[in-house]
Amino acid sequence: MATSASTETTTETTIDPEQLKRSWLRPHTFLSGLLSGLTWLIALLACVPLFSLLYMLVVKGGSRLSPAVFTELPPAAFEAGGGFGNAIVGTGVMVGIAALLSVPIGILIAVYLSEFGKQTRIARVARFCIKTLTGMPSILAGVFAYAAVVLLTGGYSAPAGGIALSLLMLPTVVLTAEEALRMVPNAMREAAYGMGCTPTQVVLRVVLPTATAGTLTGVMLAVARASGETAPLLFTALFSDYWITQQGGFALMEPTASLAVLIYNYSGMPFDNQVELAWAASLVLVILVMIANAAGRLLSLRQVGMQR
Amino acid sequence: MSDSRSDSRSDSRSESRSDSRSESRSDSTSDDGGAAGAPVAAPVARPPSAMERLSDRGFTGATRILTWGVVALAGYIVWEIGGHALPAIREYGTGFLTGTEWDANRQQFGILAQIWGTVYSSLLALLMAGFVGLTIAIFLTQGFLPRTLETTFRYIVELLAAVPSVVYGLWGIHVVIPLLRPVAEWLHAGFSWIPFFSTTLSGPGMFPAALVLAIMILPTVAAVSQDALTAVPHKMKEAVYGIGATRWEAIVKVIVPAASTSIFGAMVLGLGRALGETMALAMLVGNSNQITLSLFSPANTLAAALALNFPEAGRIETQALMYSAVVLLAITLIVNVIGAAIVARATKRLEA
Repeated sequence: MATSASTETTTETTIDPEQLKRSWLRPHTFLSGLLSGLTWLIALLACVPLFSLLYMLVVKGGSRLSPAVFTELPPAAFEAGGGFGNAIVGTGVMVGIAALLSVPIGILIAVYLSEFGKQTRIARVARFCIKTLTGMPSILAGVFAYAAVVLLTGGYSAPAGGIALSLLMLPTVVLTAEEALRMVPNAMREAAYGMGCTPTQVVLRVVLPTATAGTLTGVMLAVARASGETAPLLFTALFSDYWITQQGGFALMEPTASLAVLIYNYSGMPFDNQVELAWAASLVLVILVMIANAAGRLLSLRQVGMQR
Repeated sequence: MSDSRSDSRSDSRSESRSDSRSESRSDSTSDDGGAAGAPVAAPVARPPSAMERLSDRGFTGATRILTWGVVALAGYIVWEIGGHALPAIREYGTGFLTGTEWDANRQQFGILAQIWGTVYSSLLALLMAGFVGLTIAIFLTQGFLPRTLETTFRYIVELLAAVPSVVYGLWGIHVVIPLLRPVAEWLHAGFSWIPFFSTTLSGPGMFPAALVLAIMILPTVAAVSQDALTAVPHKMKEAVYGIGATRWEAIVKVIVPAASTSIFGAMVLGLGRALGETMALAMLVGNSNQITLSLFSPANTLAAALALNFPEAGRIETQALMYSAVVLLAITLIVNVIGAAIVARATKRLEA
């Protein structure tokens, strides 16, 4: 870095040591320093939104947080108190449905893509479709589920929301699982084949167990994403002010509450109580999403660690 | 021990596995240590029984069918949305794309204002996120921070991607808009002759929406740009430093230009995310169909209009909304495919 002295003088055989010193008066050095300073400034500025957001969540959401918000139902317009217990349950149920659909299917597809049909044309086409699904706007998953499920079953329901969410989870599950399966050393496959295993046994007894951590990473990341999604639920699951368990049984085929839609509905309301609840629900939702994300990350560390 | 090992080898030989996989398999014997460690009394390795072969057939078949299924699913999504849009496509044709009015009562539907809002907000967001994202990528790859801090900072930026968009919307309504309002007021008072500031911010509007959108796509842009910058060969960097360039001369004149194609790809992928983003825009953009350059007037986007109008739409309006969903699908699909292609090509070129 000290060689920022101009290059013309270096053609002489003797160099004045003074010239090699770094001087802020040289345009080179000055400009470089200025740009570095600006970079630091911008990088630090980029952190401001995150910290502002976290601060608001902790202050506004944290102040409203109490055991009651987890156990009570959403309040009516001018009512005080209330909570969003049913929304937490609803989010759990719908993400659960989505995971039940997308995780087994996604893993089996990943098995085909990485083990059985690596170079086949269908694998290439499927990979393209999955990557395209990754970029699909989440609202379109909702539009699709509305057309395919809500219109068919005749009403808003938890499964409709779950199906919409599963469309968003599937690409993440497939792509991370495929990556994890690829990281399994070939020697392990060869050993299993050498014992007379069928390809299925190799996959089920050797490859998948070895890749468990990496596969679960994808599942956790997908769950994290799905729990925060709002757009696909707006007109598939709608919202509900009641518990999903009614008259003893599960009212699955009824409109279902979710944290994300609750935040959306309450965010613009002119009532302080509702806005406070929206902040509290945001805090709960962000904590849930962060836990799922962190779990995914820890698992992925374990997967990499195994490879070393 | 050695017996069982040779057994297992000869078995795998005699057991003709007709698929092409055997070609890629090397003949190393050193790796079946797990097999050799098993008790030797019973034959450890044996050819698969008929039952096992049958279940193998079933399992591989099932995975193949599911893989076909995901292709079919992609087609089904297009078919289902397109099918419901068909009546509207027949009814309104291409006039739908150029009309500016959305009136369910008079059954007048046009989405030019939404398309304009989608493109305008996304480009604004990309302008901000692109600049900041590239700066962060340079900051994190060109040795401004010690390694451990780099990882921490990267994690902070990635955290931005983990926050659900509806929470950004809430934050935008209660933090960003109140914060921007005095600034907008001042800009409007002093510079209202500039088209960007021709209206004042009366609540939701284009600029707060684009700002929040920029924060949301920042992690995408920053991450892909980082990959692009780290892919630049080390030799190049060393060569520039060797002839006495300052850090910034190296960055501006060599490293960034070398990675420019991938960085451009990163921008396009960020654009793809921005175009389809729904909730933050639905909450912040103001749901008003108008085409204006003003940064502070309310506007609308395709995705936001879907979210806002769908729940209360009648049959005819639903069809029109399906039509706009088709348009949104087409736009995001094209942008994403182009972005992915650019990134893939640039990576290949740098690796070569």
